[in-house]
Amino acid sequence: MQNCDNENKKNADILGESDGEYKYGFVTDIDTDIIPKGLSEDVVRLISKKKGEPQWLLDFRLKAFRQWLNMSMPRWAHLDIPDINYQEISYYAAPQQKKEGPKSLDEVDPQLVDTFNKLGISLEEQKKLTGVAVDAVMDSVSVHTTHKEKLAELGIIFCSFSEAVRDYPDLVRKYLGKVVPATDNFFAALNSAVFSDGSFVYIPKGVRCPMELSTYFRINAAGTGQFERTLIVADDDSYVSYLEGCTAPMRDENQLHAAIVEIIVEDRAEVKYSTVQNWYAGDKEGRGGVYNFVTKRGLCRGEASKISWTQVETGSAITWKYPGCILKGDNSVGEFYSVAVTNNRQQADTGTKMIHIGRNTRSTIVSKGISAGHSQNSYRGLVRVAPGAEGARNYTQCDSLLLSQTCGAHTFPYIDVHNDSAIVEHEATTSKISEDQIFYCNQRGISTEEAIGLIVNGYAKEVMNKLPMEFAVEAQRLLSITIEGGVG
Amino acid sequence: MDALQQYITLYRDHAAEVCGHAPEVLNRPRPEAFKAITGLDLPKIGAESFDVTSLPDMLAPDYGVNINRVPFAADAAEAFKCGLPNISTLLALVVNDAFRPTSSLLRNLPAGVTVTSLAKAAEADPDLVGRYYNTLAAAHPHNAVTMLNTLLAQDGLFVHIAKGVVLEKPLQIVNLLNPSAPLLTPRRVLICLEEGARASVLCCDHTASGSAPSLCCQVTEIFLGAGARLDYCELEESNSDTGRLCNTYASLSDDAELVADGITLMCGRTRNEYDIDIPGQRARCRIGGMAIAGGKQTVDNRTTVRHHSPKCESNQVFKYILDDEAKGSFYGSIVVDEEAKYTNAYQSNRNILASKEAKMYTRPQLEIYCDEVKCSHGATVGQLDATALFYMRSRGIPEAEAKMMLMQAFMADVIDSISIPALQSRLRQLVERRLAGHNDLCSACQDSLCQDNL
Repeated sequence: MQNCDNENKKNADILGESDGEYKYGFVTDIDTDIIPKGLSEDVVRLISKKKGEPQWLLDFRLKAFRQWLNMSMPRWAHLDIPDINYQEISYYAAPQQKKEGPKSLDEVDPQLVDTFNKLGISLEEQKKLTGVAVDAVMDSVSVHTTHKEKLAELGIIFCSFSEAVRDYPDLVRKYLGKVVPATDNFFAALNSAVFSDGSFVYIPKGVRCPMELSTYFRINAAGTGQFERTLIVADDDSYVSYLEGCTAPMRDENQLHAAIVEIIVEDRAEVKYSTVQNWYAGDKEGRGGVYNFVTKRGLCRGEASKISWTQVETGSAITWKYPGCILKGDNSVGEFYSVAVTNNRQQADTGTKMIHIGRNTRSTIVSKGISAGHSQNSYRGLVRVAPGAEGARNYTQCDSLLLSQTCGAHTFPYIDVHNDSAIVEHEATTSKISEDQIFYCNQRGISTEEAIGLIVNGYAKEVMNKLPMEFAVEAQRLLSITIEGGVG
Repeated sequence: MDALQQYITLYRDHAAEVCGHAPEVLNRPRPEAFKAITGLDLPKIGAESFDVTSLPDMLAPDYGVNINRVPFAADAAEAFKCGLPNISTLLALVVNDAFRPTSSLLRNLPAGVTVTSLAKAAEADPDLVGRYYNTLAAAHPHNAVTMLNTLLAQDGLFVHIAKGVVLEKPLQIVNLLNPSAPLLTPRRVLICLEEGARASVLCCDHTASGSAPSLCCQVTEIFLGAGARLDYCELEESNSDTGRLCNTYASLSDDAELVADGITLMCGRTRNEYDIDIPGQRARCRIGGMAIAGGKQTVDNRTTVRHHSPKCESNQVFKYILDDEAKGSFYGSIVVDEEAKYTNAYQSNRNILASKEAKMYTRPQLEIYCDEVKCSHGATVGQLDATALFYMRSRGIPEAEAKMMLMQAFMADVIDSISIPALQSRLRQLVERRLAGHNDLCSACQDSLCQDNL
């Protein structure tokens, strides 16, 4: 009986979400330390001071800021980006806590813990998701990192970026900005100047990280942007799987999120980076929502190293994101698996970059775009084979599925081959769900709406299979919710 | 001086001469083009869709423009040695941008078919030419090549096929660049097929041996009425001193069909742009492209096919073989409007790099705004299949020959879809010679149509 109740409740949960509403749209009422709006050198200095940073990091920020002043916003993507007033954003917001930062979970503001509980991210050790260590980042600062001690036993460093700067300055200094230079692009320069927190991961030689590491990002305060930075270093023969999730409250104004993720992989090491991006996407008319301008890049520096990007993009009003791999080490491998879903007035321009430099480097790209409502969804990818990349191999498959008469699906692959021994293949298709498939399902008593969910999940399965188990279930439900109401 | 500015200045200072030697229809859009081109930045290498072509470099040399229409001599034998054997074509010569009909052309043109100089046609029937001239090109004010051509074009070719007329024999136009001093040729071509008309047009581009470096800046506008069909093949066999910037615009009405092929066997620096607009329903369009390049040649093809109406079909197939330090680029896009239901659109670009220094850039793109469509594209860059090569060698075929066979097979589907059978076999022969490293293509063709045509 109890089981049955549970089952009903679970169903109700699912049904409750099925009205297509964004269930993470609440606001946490918590005292937040926000600096005044605007961006100037003084603001950059203030952020650095608030975080008690060393001089070298301030210099890094200032250099980036000065470069940023001379840069202009990229307009090449297939996106209609309204002008953003960078002086109307507050660049630092921190939920107020005791000065020292929490030593244990008991010291964390219970309201914060509640917030993350509501998001389904439990910070409480006893209720922990089995085998997942979480770093929770709210607005500009890291709130809490779980499982730190257990990881420390293996020599794994998993902490907030600020802690890393404080405790491991040499490591941070050695790797910061090495994959994504401060002046890489407009948003990267902005992030480098004002980034507030994020996660730092270091996996020592020969260590296979026993649990999934996860960062959960949450924008809470109004009128702020989120500028976090993630740096992952995997030393020789190590392995780590890293997950990233994000949500934001429903607000009428747009919020800016400009993040950087840098990954460095040494000899024979492997990093698997998975993202379920579910920032608030705006309402049906396209009011509000997060502008998601993210620079993610990994460097396969070592021989036979491997980076695998998996992303499920369902949120954000505008997504501008191209996780890439620089395959420098011989025999290194890059992978990119992506499902990007857009509905209502969402716009996404996302894809990857695979830069083959080393010999016998291999890359695989599988991208599945799904557009519904009035949304625009583009795949943009670059595969470059440098002159020295003997025997490089790339296979790209990118499919688009159109679910409505008013949406758009676009494919913009760029292939540059400068080596005659390379083999590069690209395939793309665009289509809608066939009426035969719907009819087949209808015939067997499955409603059209359900059938579409089923078919879409089947279509995206190739990518979903690459997600860690904890994420896959969530991602699959998210997929069905996102496309609801957008079909027709 | 700035590469583009020199031509703007030339026009500004000599507008009277440019217009004085050209008919009113061609002069009409010049002020608009002048306005558009002033202040335009020429795209350099690295700009979107300009991966191997640098317009500032191509336009930089101090080319002259024959604005006073000084007649150029042309050696007919030289020009026609590339006539098609075993097939009778209606042959005409265009020297730089001046049209010269052969006597056989004049004798054999059926009623309802006009093949003549654009300037003459515009004078004789300004209404007809004016109805079409510059209507497609004017929509591209940011395209420097098109604007430059509109600004300076004084002559070129005019083909008009009246309603329901079927031109049985292929029309062969030999475009000969034969300047004695460095020259920019702004050639303009207008091809109009009225309702139900049919024709095949083969354009062979040559540069006369021993001529000075030249740049051909050509704009072609093609109009196909309802149910019309045009087979349009451009074959370039110029030399390494020749630059070619050729923009082709086409508009297809209901049930019209366009088969366009761009074949580059010898060139210096070539950039072809195809912009096909399909406002008609059930229209079909196929663009084929083939390039074999070596040395320091660059071949750059850019295509855009715009579907605006339901039930249309388009197909693009481009193949490249690049050797030595050659560079190739393919930038193709398919745009399907919200109204263009039941569109089938395909695009394929396959390339072979035959040397370490050769480079290929490919960007096949889809922009789809409608859900009732079937669209796909594919691109590959690679080498000859090692297994196939081994198979052939293990059966006693020498490596060079085996390679040749594979390369010919690679090019076969572009050649096979050309609608003039005699041209197919001719092309196979040309490709074989080209692949074997013979760059003096024409010298073996002396047996072809000859001077008595004139």
